Amino acid sequence: MMEVGLNHFLVVSTLLFSMGIYAIVTRKNAIMVLMGVELILNSANINFIAFSQFGNRGIDGNLFGLHGHLIALFVIVLAAAEAAIALAIVLNIYKTLSTVNIDEIDNLKD
Amino acid sequence: MNKLIVPNLLNSLNSVLPEIALSLTLVAIVVFDLIFNKNKIILPYISIAGLVITFILLVSQFGISTTAFSVSETLSFLSLDGFSLFFKVLILITTTFIVLFSISSSEVHSCSDRHGEYYALIFGMVIGMFFMVSANDLILIYLSLELLSLSSYVLAGFVKTSIRNSEAQLKYLIYGSASSGIMLFGMSVLYGITGSTNLSEINTLINSPDGNQLTFLISIIMIFAGIGFKISIVPFHFWTPDVYEGAPISITAFLSVASKAAGFAVLIRFLKVTFATSINGSGYWQLIQFIDWQTLLILFSIITMTYGNFAALWQDNIKRMLAYSSIAHAGYLMLGVAVLSNQGILAVLVYFFIYMFMNLGAFYVVMLIANKINSEEIDDYKGIGYSLPLLGTALGIFLVSLTGLPPTAGFIGKLYLFIALVDANMITVAIIALLNTVVSLYYYIRVLRAMFLVKTDIKTELKLSVLNYVVLFLLIAPVLILGVYFGPLVNFAKASVQILGF
Repeated sequence: MMEVGLNHFLVVSTLLFSMGIYAIVTRKNAIMVLMGVELILNSANINFIAFSQFGNRGIDGNLFGLHGHLIALFVIVLAAAEAAIALAIVLNIYKTLSTVNIDEIDNLKD
Repeated sequence: MNKLIVPNLLNSLNSVLPEIALSLTLVAIVVFDLIFNKNKIILPYISIAGLVITFILLVSQFGISTTAFSVSETLSFLSLDGFSLFFKVLILITTTFIVLFSISSSEVHSCSDRHGEYYALIFGMVIGMFFMVSANDLILIYLSLELLSLSSYVLAGFVKTSIRNSEAQLKYLIYGSASSGIMLFGMSVLYGITGSTNLSEINTLINSPDGNQLTFLISIIMIFAGIGFKISIVPFHFWTPDVYEGAPISITAFLSVASKAAGFAVLIRFLKVTFATSINGSGYWQLIQFIDWQTLLILFSIITMTYGNFAALWQDNIKRMLAYSSIAHAGYLMLGVAVLSNQGILAVLVYFFIYMFMNLGAFYVVMLIANKINSEEIDDYKGIGYSLPLLGTALGIFLVSLTGLPPTAGFIGKLYLFIALVDANMITVAIIALLNTVVSLYYYIRVLRAMFLVKTDIKTELKLSVLNYVVLFLLIAPVLILGVYFGPLVNFAKASVQILGF
């Protein structure tokens, strides 16, 4: 029976991060790109919590601590705020330009 | 330790009085906006009153060097030192000018029913920047950076019906959220390697390196992606021209000065507090030798300034040209950081203070002209030197100063930068920067040529209000005076070089 350790969590978070970057780079729909950003934020969250949970307690026992958990809470709130603003912006874009395809939104360029 | 937390928190509140004043002003703006629904004219004056109060509270902190919100004797969330004070003063001056700009901006006036949001969001940005410049902990850096970003995403597309504004907003949002996400991931890796989020604690922990060099390098580069986005260093600059061209001019000016200042403050503090091992007698920092920091930073800055200057050469829109010019200036400022010494930081501070006046001035004149002729194309500037002599001359002074020619203040900024470079034996780099300045002359002078050397019959009449004259004077005077009498500024910067923690 194999125990689930730090490495398993790191692999999951790295996969999520890579998928997030992939989504940002390849997707044309603005909403899909924003979902990629959410994936990146959550992969960082997994990292923080896993390190906080499994981190060696250090020489004086003060290292890692609950910091990771706290940061994850902050990031969840921030991700919600960012999603709200981002969706409002995309909605506004759809109202003015009637498209959310990033490749078609290119009036500003050299 | 637990018993100390409550008195410690109460003491720390004294140290964040300026931030509290800013937050209260934000609330006041929202409340006034709700109560006096019809009369929006009062909002900018409330903002200015709040900024003045903040400035008074900030001045009372002059000379303090302390920490706030400590978690133990050595670790804290905020460090209040001369360095953060300098940047806070700079940000406050910029914000005051931006509020004054907004009063006469036709773009802002076109959405007169949403003025409350506009000023409230500006204060959101200012609070974010205030925490950014004194943040001493990765969490706080990330949170304040997001507060700044989220407010500025909304402001970049303030005129909702304008296609340009909406597009700028979307591009800013996508680049911004992606790079801050990458930065957060980098921070999580750094936390995993070291076991702490406090910059000073990370410093003591990584002094004993144990093989994790590749992971460490990756995490640092990821964190640089987030900071580099804010200061528009070249691999992370793609948003800059589009957003600067698309956003309302007052917001463009704000992004190009204040949010860049906050980004540089974070970059310098992060580099120094996290990686410095010692500072030798002549003020040069010894950084932990994982990578060749100096070469890396020099590479970034040379690419940035060369790209910015050459891309600016063939821009027809003056806002877009100023965007590339601000990328180039980020490159010059980065050189000051790359010296990795207190003298380099002094050069950055002096340069930034001067950059603030000349860049704001250039954007202000562009805004006043755009209010009138409704265009930002350089071709439409033909003959403006004759039809609007005051604005033409003012823009001329600001552009000459941006180039860095004497007797304007821009020359002093460049002078201190080159002295720092030569003192550090970086002659080659100094020569490259000098050549870049020559390139920049071309595109700044191109605007002057359009304004003064091309005759047209078009008659343009522009009535400026008293406020316009006052603001123009307040921007031109420092650019001219600091060019010949810069002692007080240099002394102020010298007093501000000290960064707490090292």
